[in-house]
Amino acid sequence: MKRHLLSAADLTRDDAELVLTTAAELRSLADRPIKKLPALRGRTVVNLFFEDSTRTRISFEAAAKRLSADVINFAAKGSSLSKGESLKDTALTLEAMGADAVVIRHSASGAPHRLAHSGWVRSSVVNAGDGTHEHPTQALLDAFTLWRHLGESKPSGLEGRRVAIVGDVLHSRVARSNALLLQTLGVDVTLVGPPTLLPVGVESWGVETSYDLDAVLPKADAVMMLRVQRERMQGGFFPTPREYSRRYGLDGRRMATLQDHTIVMHPGPMVRGMEITADVADSDRSVIVEQVTNGVAVRMAVLYLLLGGSESENNE
Amino acid sequence: MSSTSYLIKNVRILGGEATDVLLEAGVVAAIGVGLDAPGAEVVDAEGLVALPGLVDLHTHLREPGREDAETVETGTRAAAMGGFTAVHAMANTDPVADTAGVVEQVHRLGREAGYCDVYAVGAVTVGLKGERLAELGAMADSAARVRVFSDDGHCVSDPLLMRRALEYVKAFDGVIAQHAQDPRLTEGAQMNESELSGRLGLAGWPAVAEEAIIARDCLLTAHVGSRLHVCHVSTAGSVEIVRDAKSKGWNVTAEACPHHLLLTDELAATYNPIYKVNPPLRSAADVEALRAGLADGTIDIVATDHAPHPHEDKDCEWAAAAFGMLGLETALSIVQHTMVDTGLLDWAGVAERMSAAPARIGQVADHGHPIEVGAPANITLYDPAATRTIDAAESASLSRNTPYAGMELPGRIEATFLRGRPTVLDGKLWEGTA
Repeated sequence: MKRHLLSAADLTRDDAELVLTTAAELRSLADRPIKKLPALRGRTVVNLFFEDSTRTRISFEAAAKRLSADVINFAAKGSSLSKGESLKDTALTLEAMGADAVVIRHSASGAPHRLAHSGWVRSSVVNAGDGTHEHPTQALLDAFTLWRHLGESKPSGLEGRRVAIVGDVLHSRVARSNALLLQTLGVDVTLVGPPTLLPVGVESWGVETSYDLDAVLPKADAVMMLRVQRERMQGGFFPTPREYSRRYGLDGRRMATLQDHTIVMHPGPMVRGMEITADVADSDRSVIVEQVTNGVAVRMAVLYLLLGGSESENNE
Repeated sequence: MSSTSYLIKNVRILGGEATDVLLEAGVVAAIGVGLDAPGAEVVDAEGLVALPGLVDLHTHLREPGREDAETVETGTRAAAMGGFTAVHAMANTDPVADTAGVVEQVHRLGREAGYCDVYAVGAVTVGLKGERLAELGAMADSAARVRVFSDDGHCVSDPLLMRRALEYVKAFDGVIAQHAQDPRLTEGAQMNESELSGRLGLAGWPAVAEEAIIARDCLLTAHVGSRLHVCHVSTAGSVEIVRDAKSKGWNVTAEACPHHLLLTDELAATYNPIYKVNPPLRSAADVEALRAGLADGTIDIVATDHAPHPHEDKDCEWAAAAFGMLGLETALSIVQHTMVDTGLLDWAGVAERMSAAPARIGQVADHGHPIEVGAPANITLYDPAATRTIDAAESASLSRNTPYAGMELPGRIEATFLRGRPTVLDGKLWEGTA
């Protein structure tokens, strides 16, 4: 694996499958009374969050602690965009503290890339979500969840499965990372949304696209619903929230058109009643809560492989 | 003022046959092979090309207000090092150059610095806010004698206000230099809208946001019979629209920036804001169209859009960074690289697009003249055979935000003469000037 995890595109198929199989081993820990491994004892992981995200921060924190790493949480008030402490100065501070890995969440696309490539820090950088760019560990946990549910013994069993990613693809870092990673794993991805919420040039991403959710659902092995953020509702991307829900929301009627084995996913937090109705979110098909559990195991695997598992490569 | 005269030996005017040129009392006193001038300083110009002093219609000198980025003095030093003898200082200073007082201050600071002539550009609207006209007449009548008006950095997007501005400046033969950017189509825009912007998650700046404004302004200009200059044309579609307007005989001129003639939007994939500029770097096809437009005269001039920024405004996240890049010291090298070495322009063509035409558009009487006896001695000596590796730390500008750092570029300015006095000699600023 590379030294940083900035984009799902950084992962080869072998890398991605290694993360998933490692996560499977680590996940079994969750069922034991003592959930801790000594793998990263003495290493320091900094959670650098320029954007509020309690869920992702807690997930990374639990992952690092279960590997016995020291964890420092650094919640920067606002971002440097609002003229607070700059990303660079924060990075220099962390470097001085001796961070081995920096997990960064930032509202600016490319901020993790800058952190990794500007010579500010020597540590590994893990992108925990940057602007409207990427969220690679979310894609890994989604792939992990898909793998477990689609009943294959190896991650390579995802080859040829069909996943629909539905909603605000334009502003979604989850969609970008999933489109990249799932293709790496051989999954057939279809992005579904109104034309105003599909990015310019999406036709060159190697995925299928559709404006018609009803046509896509019966063929899907998994449906991943994306959150529609409140500010988009006023942004003129679609006429009204009601019309959006009618055309692109997943409700009980649409759920009935799915194949029996098809699962429903959501990266959270959900806007119930907007992109997904409560009966779907709480149904047997929904694996939304399990995604959260899997998130810890996948992030453990990422930290382990970046910091601990590849020491011999680092010495090259 | 020094009364030293200079005898330039064996120089190739516009790349022609080697000859000698005598500069005396601020003018070109004699031209001919084997000139003799006792007492004159001799400049060996073997292999050098002589061009009329370059004129930039689009420079940000940042003073008053952002003296941490550039001052009139440092900016004009950079201009001299780039072969320029005149620059037009854009109005987006703090305070904005929207009154006679501010334009006169900028004009005076330029005269005191002495490295090149500074012509102030006046704001079209008060505070660049796009709400009501600034006192254009007062600026035109001031000691700064403003003829170019621009809200550069902002688009005069209100069609009625743009119409009035175009009409109003007819009274003193002014020109409106438009920063063509529809504000609604570019809200939060960070880079060229393309497949790449979608992948990088950076908000797109679509070509249509430039082209729609240019098309509208060409129509308005024709309608009221005025003069329009289009700043930093960046797209193939814009070149087409300007070409069409010119074919109809409308009084429209246009500029292209060196960076848009060379660099493409692929550089945004580095997320390094050194490549963040407005309008943004575009596609390779746009670069080709700009070069073709500059070659066939659709685009009249090269203008630098020299935009200095302090280090901290570029050493950060892309979205937090300022738009703009340095341009004065590298402009001629980029033009040689993209236009001359490719066979698209000869040196006469370069002189037209970087000196004569910008002087005409800006109505600058002392600049842009052919190198002939009696003309003001504003001359640039350039070595097209030299190569240099760009080092940001060597810039004469106060700022360091050059996108060309580490690149090897052809050509070097050997000397710049302003009214017969060197501002640059032997490739270095000549400190005997001021």
